[in-house]
Amino acid sequence: MSALKPKHQRLVLVVIALVALVGAGLLAAWALRNQASYFYVPEQMVAEPPQPDRAVRLGGMVEEGSIRTLPDGVTVAFVVGDGKARVPVRFAGILPDLFVEGSGVVAEGRLASDGTFVADNLLAKHDENYVPRELQEMTEHQKREVVAETEDEIEGGA
Amino acid sequence: MHGFANPKRFLSLARWLTPLLLLSGLVLAGAALVWGLFVVPPDRLMGETVRILFLHVPTAWLGMGGWTAIAIASGVYLVWRHPLADLAARAAAVPGMIFTAVCLATGSIWGRPTWGTWWVWDGRLTSMLVLLFLYFGYIALAQAVAREGGSSRIPAIFGLVGAINIPIINRSVVWWNSLHQPPSITAGKSAIDAEFLVPLLIAVLGFSLIFGGVVLARMRALLGDIQAEARLRRKASEAA
Repeated sequence: MSALKPKHQRLVLVVIALVALVGAGLLAAWALRNQASYFYVPEQMVAEPPQPDRAVRLGGMVEEGSIRTLPDGVTVAFVVGDGKARVPVRFAGILPDLFVEGSGVVAEGRLASDGTFVADNLLAKHDENYVPRELQEMTEHQKREVVAETEDEIEGGA
Repeated sequence: MHGFANPKRFLSLARWLTPLLLLSGLVLAGAALVWGLFVVPPDRLMGETVRILFLHVPTAWLGMGGWTAIAIASGVYLVWRHPLADLAARAAAVPGMIFTAVCLATGSIWGRPTWGTWWVWDGRLTSMLVLLFLYFGYIALAQAVAREGGSSRIPAIFGLVGAINIPIINRSVVWWNSLHQPPSITAGKSAIDAEFLVPLLIAVLGFSLIFGGVVLARMRALLGDIQAEARLRRKASEAA
């Protein structure tokens, strides 16, 4: 070490400190990987059901064609799935604007003993896609063309 | 690299670069905001709420970019004892903090109609709030050192250690289930339609130029402070 100039010694020290820091951060993030999740996906909820009456969140996609209003007029029942498991959900209250079939939702509530998730609150989850309204009304063929053009532009620009 | 260690050379460069960056940034960011707020069509699900994207994304990028700049400048200062690097880190802190605060505020305003809540403690939102608190801490520490005297190495080490939060913010939506959506723009691919993407990228560029201009202007001001103080001290010792 004595052969190193002070400048290089400091550089080595900073690099070692950075490596240790990043390692510690990654370890902490790895240890938090389950605890820091905001919600359970249906697969986890079916595999390891939480204790009844423990407040948890369930997040997934609202299955197409599953939303129906119960005879009392305020309770809505639907199914949340993630492609691997499905959990039926019941919710009485005001639905968020973005709550539609085929889109993401996070339900806060409890898993009842009959396997139905009783939600006290619903949060709509927006996905990463941003599409203008006009595009949605296009036919599938037009949409594919527009998307292909967009991808070309991006690739051309990148 | 050591050519810029000379404050005189830095000042002669910053003198014309500062107004250039600020002006071009204001023009680009202003144009992108007008485009985003009035021209772009409404989103298929979010409707008009999508327009907040053009402020939220640039501020998020610069909130994180600000701390990245602090970390790099701090590392340069620690290793090469480059006095301008210390000033650059201090100059980047306040604009970075403001951008982070605007990002949190616009995200919250967007979240209310979109998610149905102002705030949730998910990974992305929480780590971004931690970044804001890191800025508070860094600014207080750097100011205390500048005012009371003390080693500039202390805020520099804080700047380096705090950088661990940046990859955590970036990966938070991938590692953990979060209410915040995963990244829309990843290497070479975008889930954002071109009609939104083009003004968005212009806004990001414009705000980045403004950020650069503000950092240079603040570095000049800090240098001016140091020179004025040195001159006063010299005069005081001559008079004594």
